[in-house]
Amino acid sequence: MDLSAINPVLLIASLMVAATPLLLAAIGELIVEKAGVLNLGVEGMMIIGAIAGFAIAVETTSPMMGLLAAMVAGAVLSLLFAFLTQFALANQVASGLALTLFGLGLSALMGQSYVGIKPPAMATLDIPVLSDIPVLGPILFSHDPVLYIGIALTAAVWWFLKKSRGGLILRAVGESHDAAHALGYNVIRVRILAIMFGGACAGLGGAYISLIRVPQWTEGMTAGIGWIALALVVFASWKPWRVLLGAYLFGGINVLQLNLQAAGIAIPVEYLAMSPYLITILVLVIMSADKSGAPASLGRTFHASQ
Amino acid sequence: MKLTKLLTGATLALGLATTAMADPTKVGFVYVGPVGDGGWTYEHDKGRKAVEAAFGDKVETTFVENVPEGADAERVITQMALQGADLIFTTSFGYMDPTINVAKKFPKVKFEHATGYKQADNVSVYSARFYEGRAVQGHIAGHMTKTNKIGYIASFPIPEVIRGINSAYIHAKKVNPDVEFSIIWAYTWFDPAKEADAAKALIEQGADVILQHTDSTAPQAAAQAAGNVITFGQASDMGEYAPFPRVSSIIDEWGPYYVARTQAVMDGTWESVSTWDGIGAGMVGIGEISDAVPADVKAEALALVDALADGSYHAFTGPLNKQDGTPWLAEGEVAQDYSDDGLAGMSFYVEGITAEIPN
Repeated sequence: MDLSAINPVLLIASLMVAATPLLLAAIGELIVEKAGVLNLGVEGMMIIGAIAGFAIAVETTSPMMGLLAAMVAGAVLSLLFAFLTQFALANQVASGLALTLFGLGLSALMGQSYVGIKPPAMATLDIPVLSDIPVLGPILFSHDPVLYIGIALTAAVWWFLKKSRGGLILRAVGESHDAAHALGYNVIRVRILAIMFGGACAGLGGAYISLIRVPQWTEGMTAGIGWIALALVVFASWKPWRVLLGAYLFGGINVLQLNLQAAGIAIPVEYLAMSPYLITILVLVIMSADKSGAPASLGRTFHASQ
Repeated sequence: MKLTKLLTGATLALGLATTAMADPTKVGFVYVGPVGDGGWTYEHDKGRKAVEAAFGDKVETTFVENVPEGADAERVITQMALQGADLIFTTSFGYMDPTINVAKKFPKVKFEHATGYKQADNVSVYSARFYEGRAVQGHIAGHMTKTNKIGYIASFPIPEVIRGINSAYIHAKKVNPDVEFSIIWAYTWFDPAKEADAAKALIEQGADVILQHTDSTAPQAAAQAAGNVITFGQASDMGEYAPFPRVSSIIDEWGPYYVARTQAVMDGTWESVSTWDGIGAGMVGIGEISDAVPADVKAEALALVDALADGSYHAFTGPLNKQDGTPWLAEGEVAQDYSDDGLAGMSFYVEGITAEIPN
């Protein structure tokens, strides 16, 4: 056992990278659920984002174009879900599951000619001076831009929900779509916009995996992160900063347990392997003791005539 | 992935409907990962394609990918047997019990299970002596490491994986007595993000050689990003990362075996056998050793490959002790395949490895 082999600075820097796809997907889903829609298709939208982003980045040799394409692809796929649930009034759980299965299958098909190709590298934002500061430099100032976008997005979503009129309307729609409808708000439109936002975020999260974190395309490469994002939103009791905390906790313990293993620590590996799930759930459950519950209309179908 | 399963199911059904008259030999394959993983499953699928190429119209192959090990596997294998498969290859260790269970219900169907040890009248087992390839990797790794720290991404604590770790360690230690192994158990065969994280953790702790027993190329990409770390292709050549970081590879060559077994079913000569072939029989291939390896090291490695191939050298040759210091093999003694402490059921590290095997 040699704990000194673990460099805490590199550890924190790499946990931020590991947490970012989860954070992006979960923040998107948070907005969707705040609008009263339960979209279980996060995994599907992520993997579509991963392959669309990868393909476009390879074709245009621009990782930025890839990320953009991933957001568009995620949003377009989510429109399918929006159509099914908001116009055809289909069951949200079933539609979401279908979206995931569809996304996984479609991505495998789209990705066939991209196996084994290396994507163009995404430059890290090495801010001169700042990134040279010892300790803080590598942790805070030498990442890829998407990581900062993830944090900024969390702040923006918090501000939007808490402080803005648009956020108030979104929450009203999520709490009681009938009341919001009676007040003259267009429930369907609000929800579709929220669903598209969620899709774009999930797509970006997926592309982060295929373009920056791994970086390569392999089928099924999101490996269940979309599902963890869904759980995270619930355990974070629909609060943006708690989502951020949960994502970093999960990503952090995941990276930490691998580091502990590499350092030959004497804790049985099985416990280390399940620790990210256990600890993240535990912490967030304790934090959510204040009974801030789910949006009241979550998962309920809305039709103006009912 | 479920969709691909459905599609495959549909193809199976369609195939059944259209070819009822011709009656070709039907061969099914069950894969643990996607055929595009670039590693383990990719090579099995190349074996399937070799069967198609060899027999043309006389054979009909089907496959189901991404089949989880466990109850789901039993369902998939049963489905294949019901749809009229004559021969079914189940290509992951975790399919062992499901394969045996299904085989009992379909005595006329022939089964071939990869990397397991449970045989039956209609179940053959086959595996490759990957540890021979690991010996070559260990040899190169021991010479090439500057930090004397070698990272190993392991999947599950099964004999197959433990043999690989031991073999690589023994041969790294032989050329470099200061070498240390850091082992991470990923508990997955295929999860690119996790494999990448594991590789990064090892590299951050000073490893400058990464060996992997997981199936994706993600660790190769992580090593490439780090810049000064070497890797080896696993299961497949992973040549897109050559000449650096990937300096060599272990390649699984299933094609000839699959063709031979399919032929045996056609001829009615199929018998339950246990096959365990290595470099010599061509089941384990060593990918080209790239120029990043110094010429003298490369020459030694190639000599080692030849010695392993012609049987003049065994990768587990004594004197070797177990991790706890008790003697395992005496001077000059080679490990048995099937005995107490034999290779087939290997569940201990050799002396010198500091980590512990998870239960």
